[in-house]
Amino acid sequence: MQSTSNKVSTYLGIPVARPKVAFFELSSCEGCQLQMVNNEATLLDFLSLVEIVAFREAMTEQADDYQIAFVEGSVTRADEVERLRKIRSIAKVLVALGSCACFGGVNQLKNRFQDPAWVKKQVYGTHVVESNDQAQPLEAFVPVDLRIFGCPVKKEEVEKIVTNVVLGKSVVLPKYPVCMECKANKNTCLFDIGEPCLGPITRGGCDSWCPNSRMGCWGCRGPAEDANVEQMKEIMKKNGFSEETMLDRLECFGGFAKHADVLRKSITAK
Amino acid sequence: MKTTRTIDIHHITRVEGHGNIKIVIRDGKLEEARWEVVETPRFFEAMLVGKKWENAPWISGRICGICSIGHTLASIRAIENAFGIVPTEQTRKLRLLLKHMETLQSHILHLYFLAVPDFLNVGSVFPLIGSHPDVVARAAQMKQLANDVCDCIGGRRMHPTRTVVGGFTMVPEKKELVQFRTRLKDATDDLLRTVELFRTFAVPDFTRETEFVSLKGDKSYPFIGGDLASTDGVTRREHEYRLMTNEYTVEQSTSKWSRLSRASFAVGALARVNNNFDFLHPAAKEIAASFGLKPMNHNPYMNNIAQLVECVHVARESITLIDELTGSTWQEPRQPVSPKSGIGVGAVEVPRGILYHSYEFDNEGRITHCDCVIPTSQNHANIQHDLKKLAEQYASQGKQDRDIELLAQMLVRSYDPCISCSVH
Ligand code: SF4
Ligand code: SF4
Ligand code: SF4
Repeated sequence: MQSTSNKVSTYLGIPVARPKVAFFELSSCEGCQLQMVNNEATLLDFLSLVEIVAFREAMTEQADDYQIAFVEGSVTRADEVERLRKIRSIAKVLVALGSCACFGGVNQLKNRFQDPAWVKKQVYGTHVVESNDQAQPLEAFVPVDLRIFGCPVKKEEVEKIVTNVVLGKSVVLPKYPVCMECKANKNTCLFDIGEPCLGPITRGGCDSWCPNSRMGCWGCRGPAEDANVEQMKEIMKKNGFSEETMLDRLECFGGFAKHADVLRKSITAK
Repeated sequence: MKTTRTIDIHHITRVEGHGNIKIVIRDGKLEEARWEVVETPRFFEAMLVGKKWENAPWISGRICGICSIGHTLASIRAIENAFGIVPTEQTRKLRLLLKHMETLQSHILHLYFLAVPDFLNVGSVFPLIGSHPDVVARAAQMKQLANDVCDCIGGRRMHPTRTVVGGFTMVPEKKELVQFRTRLKDATDDLLRTVELFRTFAVPDFTRETEFVSLKGDKSYPFIGGDLASTDGVTRREHEYRLMTNEYTVEQSTSKWSRLSRASFAVGALARVNNNFDFLHPAAKEIAASFGLKPMNHNPYMNNIAQLVECVHVARESITLIDELTGSTWQEPRQPVSPKSGIGVGAVEVPRGILYHSYEFDNEGRITHCDCVIPTSQNHANIQHDLKKLAEQYASQGKQDRDIELLAQMLVRSYDPCISCSVH
């Protein structure tokens, strides 16, 4: 895969030859990074495509010279803002890896509480710990060039995207919903067996990962283009699911945060 | 001439999460040795308050990407204990097989990708791809096998999709299990070669008398639920876990610390082996013996060997589990759930040690209080005490900074800490 030609083909300013790649994590479960080494079968091919210069979870050497930075996790403390800004200043392409980085992920579930002091007290009592009131996505602080959705990210998709970036091809994320993939996979619809599912409004690309295992979608990849959240609420209601269940799914990963806020307010007003 | 030497490791590499080591030696005497945990908290225990029971395994599994299966199973067990659900034999076996494969993939990841580079004097596994291709290929193959079984039973190797309160959303195809049986048999050779590889490494000679805490088996090597025991003679029931963990906060760490009979205790593979040696599979026991590992072992670096021994144990036991599962007819995968008020605790041995989830529910099954105690947080105080003794000992022996730095990092890595998990 190594290209030694002098072709000046570039993508977002990066020469096509084996770019230097770095991985970083902010507040996260480190699962999205782990997905990269969890792909034993194609890991070696992937490694021939890029040169990894920083990956703290896997290697001791750390270099400050890279073109593509993958950043996992959401921003939850002041020092993370600083780290992120520094990474942004070095990287030509900044990739938000996973739903924590793209939307805040499960971490943003703490944002739903009115009183951030209560959140800290619940866990640490009177012990003082530093933490921002809100868990936020990377984009709240720096411009992001590419977003790879998912909690966790789907490794095949990451590799496809990285290959495209390296080869200078444009990256097109699916606009259609999970439902399309689920139907193509000929799954029994979960609503028919009495389970809730956000597949109709969630962006595809995971190959209907959860419904394939008879688990309804929780919307980890955020909204599909033209997602009709109002209609989704109707479908849930018609199938006998409470607004609370709808809210649980909608607010879980942060991709539907605006819609979740509206629904939460309307539930509490009742 | 007065000399002050400082070893300052910011964000130690090849561990999960963020921790720092600080050692100050003045005139050959240790002045300070500190293990600092600087990870950002995510507040999972607050996040879950107000949520209905079915959210808990799905959300709390995200505490950790490496042991998400263990977290999911501990969460499910806590809920089932609160609601009075007893898993069926089939569910019990499927969960144990899933758990075993998480243990195998995590131990292999730790041993080969995080620990081996220290012994082979390289900074990561990546240069080994060129210099030791067979070693890397073997690690990848075993990891892939374990991950493939997790995909098959749990629906996904990370943040599983089929594991639910009451059982599973669906069961695997028997013919898939049969294929895995063959691959597990083949893995026996890979594991033996792993044993041979580790035999060529010199495990640092360091001991500090330690209390070890784990589940206590009554008939088998325990992984999911049961009584709790320490090697200092403390025993407790699962729901009394707080009397084992005694969490407290310290200034140098965003993770809580634990203590029991002494200033600190250890959990993990070495603790399990020390507490349950007799229940190991004979093949695993033999390997343990060949490394001189038997209770009580007080060398923290031997946790690597204990993990290796457990790899053999879980691989062997998984073959038996597959035989039992394929030899019986599939029953309904999932039991109905009726929530009720109360408290439930789930204790599970995850790769890095004993993990507890505890939830309190209202009548409708909404969480009113949540507590998760993570293996690594139970180990932090012990790492601190080991680090101090280690630095003291090596400083007085006149070891070079470079050597102390390496041995200190290897010590921390031996615990296979999962720091972001410990802070959660
Ligand atoms: S998106 Fe999910 S899998 Fe990825 S780091 Fe965040 S919690 Fe972990
Ligand atoms: S299970 Fe979900 S994703 Fe699949 S068809 Fe039904 S609603 Fe769509
Ligand atoms: S089915 Fe939904 S929740 Fe599951 S991976 Fe796909 S988008 Fe995420």
